Amino acid sequence: MIIQSIRNPQVAMIETRPEEYRVEEDTILDVRVLVGRPLHTRLLRALVPFCGAAFTALAQPAAPLSPTNIFAPVSTPAKWILDLSILVLIVTGAIFTLVFGLLVYAAVKFRKRRVSEACEPAQVYGSTQLELAWTVVPILIVVVLFLTAARVIASIQGARPAGDAIEVTVIGHQFWWEYRYPSQKVVTANELHIPVSDAAHRTPTILHLLSADTDHSFWVPRLAGKTDLIPNHPNTMWVEPHETGLYLGQCAQYCGTQHAKMLLRVYVQTRAEFDRWIQRQSQPAQPAGTVSEGQRTFERTSCINCHTVSGTAADGTFGPDLTHLMSRDTIGSGIAANTPENLRRWIRDPSVFKPGCKMPAMGLSDPEVNAVTQYLETLR
Amino acid sequence: MATSETLPLSDMSPMPLVERLHQWVTTVDHKRLGIMYIAYALLLLVIGGVEATIMRIQLIRPHNDFVSPQVFNRMFTMHGTTMIFFVAMPVLFGFANYLVPLMIGTRDMAFPRLNAFSFWMTAFGGLLLYFSFLGGDGLYGAGNAPDVGWWAYAPLTSPAFSPGHSTDFWTLSLLVSGIGSIGVAINIIATVLCLRCPGMTLGKMPLLPWMNLVMAGLVVLCVSPLTAAQLMLVVDRYLGGHFFDTQAGGSAVIWMHFFWIFGHPEVYVLVLPAFGFVSEIVPVFSRKTIFGYPIMVGATIGIGFISMSVWAHHMFTVGMDAVGNGFFVLTTMAIAVPTGIKIFNWLATMWGGQIQYKTPMLFCVAFLFQFLIAGLTGIMLGAAPFDWQLSGSYFVIAHFHYVIVGGILFALFGAFYYWFPKMSGRMYNEALGKLHFVLFFIGFHLTFDFMHIPGLLGMPRRIYTYEPGRGWDVWNLIVTIGVFFQAAGVLVFIGNLLWSLRSGPMAGSDPWDAWTLEWSTTSPPQAYNFASVPEVRSRRPLWDLKHPEDPDWQYE
Repeated sequence: MIIQSIRNPQVAMIETRPEEYRVEEDTILDVRVLVGRPLHTRLLRALVPFCGAAFTALAQPAAPLSPTNIFAPVSTPAKWILDLSILVLIVTGAIFTLVFGLLVYAAVKFRKRRVSEACEPAQVYGSTQLELAWTVVPILIVVVLFLTAARVIASIQGARPAGDAIEVTVIGHQFWWEYRYPSQKVVTANELHIPVSDAAHRTPTILHLLSADTDHSFWVPRLAGKTDLIPNHPNTMWVEPHETGLYLGQCAQYCGTQHAKMLLRVYVQTRAEFDRWIQRQSQPAQPAGTVSEGQRTFERTSCINCHTVSGTAADGTFGPDLTHLMSRDTIGSGIAANTPENLRRWIRDPSVFKPGCKMPAMGLSDPEVNAVTQYLETLR
Repeated sequence: MATSETLPLSDMSPMPLVERLHQWVTTVDHKRLGIMYIAYALLLLVIGGVEATIMRIQLIRPHNDFVSPQVFNRMFTMHGTTMIFFVAMPVLFGFANYLVPLMIGTRDMAFPRLNAFSFWMTAFGGLLLYFSFLGGDGLYGAGNAPDVGWWAYAPLTSPAFSPGHSTDFWTLSLLVSGIGSIGVAINIIATVLCLRCPGMTLGKMPLLPWMNLVMAGLVVLCVSPLTAAQLMLVVDRYLGGHFFDTQAGGSAVIWMHFFWIFGHPEVYVLVLPAFGFVSEIVPVFSRKTIFGYPIMVGATIGIGFISMSVWAHHMFTVGMDAVGNGFFVLTTMAIAVPTGIKIFNWLATMWGGQIQYKTPMLFCVAFLFQFLIAGLTGIMLGAAPFDWQLSGSYFVIAHFHYVIVGGILFALFGAFYYWFPKMSGRMYNEALGKLHFVLFFIGFHLTFDFMHIPGLLGMPRRIYTYEPGRGWDVWNLIVTIGVFFQAAGVLVFIGNLLWSLRSGPMAGSDPWDAWTLEWSTTSPPQAYNFASVPEVRSRRPLWDLKHPEDPDWQYE
């Protein structure tokens, strides 16, 4: 019944829907056709009063409200999830409006008035018809919601997305992200680069999720829902972004002291840009040349126990790969801009930025810190 | 002893303090144990509230440095553990202890000594948890108080990630209090099944004992796996076990299953007694009998069964397959049906009544409204794909605080005011009660309504700070402001409690003109509860007494 009432206004909406809101060809479930964006923006305004204006604002497509807004998806699983979410919001909003209305009515209408009512009101012990009604109707709603949810689950989890998929292994560490592209022989950290997928040439990205220590969770709300990275329990998820750009997120499963500063940055690039990035990342650090003072310090202290700089003696794997450090915008898993000054402060004492992080302060002198910074700045 | 208890608590005979304390410590009286549970829980409610306030001050703006990340992580671990295990459970056990024997017309619980033992296990469990502030460092100097989150997911609890003794204190405190919980549960089951007064068949038993019976059954089923898991964790940490040791082939996911097969039924362990309070208070203040008693009982039992099959909806993001996810979507949605039945039945009970808005009823009406929203956000979270976005975010925090604060705590406050005259013999101050309601209602909605929004905007839980520019700042500010209203409300409540204990007007045995057996005896009741064991013919024995011309048993 609820579904029916939604369907009618929708007929008109489909005709007038602007081009950019048109859903893709491979419609996964009817609900998605049922509730396109312009409709839900309207219906939400009417039906989800409990967060009122805030909710409506949230539902504006691509509203600049937050870079991590789950209501502004740019990638396939996130869009399917949003469409299901809108259906659930409408159904729950309708239930809320009905029951809340009845509750307010009863609470006001049947309050005790002063004098007239000296005796007890009529005692009603129950009503089989009413009780049957509010058992059966919820069961029907539950069945509808279950079936719709099950279809979305099946379409997201059931099969590999079609197309020329990029495979990336994501390894969660306390408190940073390692990305490995096995086919491209690229290893990087904290900033994930993936290609945009267009209808002509679909390039979804499949993420194989592993953990090196505790549980983590990969959550970039505008791309997909989250999936946990659990040691000894490999997981898989996929994304298929349709717009280029930088998408943010962060670890969503408590993983230790610096869980809060384990940020995610996903760069969705055109295929050409992505290929160029892969090309550059697969080179070794630098062509053979003179060994700088900074490199000597770097290799003499225990930096190389944890960090790799390919083509040099540094081959540690406990910390982020630094081979192309300067190609990244941020350091410390997204918490500070990658500037020489920040780098210098980080090397001197990482706990200034991230108290409790695993990289120790090496106790380097100022000249040593400067030399190491200068060396790292050559890792482009 | 008996003579001293005929007087209100505050007017007890001028015995020396030590003697009075001795009486409380050695008591096996269900009423005294009930009050001790409640007092203990109130104390820890304040401590847990302070921990929450520290977290909210830290989160009032991005990049705040009110506390260090380590302290913040301890605060949310201690807050969660305290509120669930040492506030919510004890306070509900306290009310069950106090009320169940009175409402079924008996003189004590079935096993009074087990009852006392259970209380002291719970009490010492809480002390063990808080002793970690002193003893948690261990020889490692590794930091006090556990910081593993109240789920304590493996392998964060392994010695590699949790050196020192803080995790041990956490584990032991849950182990010890878990034994206490199971003791109480067995006691409630035995009492309800064996000690009902003559005439009170299960079908004539008030709803509060019914709901506590189902709750107790759930405790036995769900606390046992948790207790087992704690033992396994101790074996892992100290005897070289590998149950949860992922480096040695153990499974982190098994811990999650152990924890949540406790954790979700636990929600119903907490909410069923709250349903019990509402099912007693709403009829009395609407002046109507409960609507649809048989279906209310059926829905309670239904919730009991279904709630044992929903646990993995806390684990939609851990990579179960589509069939597993689908199954738990179905069971999670299914539990909305019996819960919905209850809401409609309470609504129907109010319908056509003469509702008196005394403080208990205010809290109960707010409960209905808030529990409705909590249920609906629960349906959103139950749709697994939606949960892939919402899980682990502030939306979840808002949702379950809506359940636990907006639902359970509101019902509890209602119960405090409703049964305070029975327990103390004195009336509370109605104006202060209403002030408490207004402050707490405003604070609750400022905090937990607006907490949904940063979750929808991608803010994960358990972060000690956040980046500016994510659109989270203003919501977090509002959320923190709400905390101070809630704290003010609780202060008014405690003030009212203390003032009324001393100076409230005498209540008499039946101040609400109510219908169940506890109101037929003195306030506070004698140690033996009833001078002669009552005999009942209906669910509302006092209605029959007050309306001999139109008794209930004609219709039931």
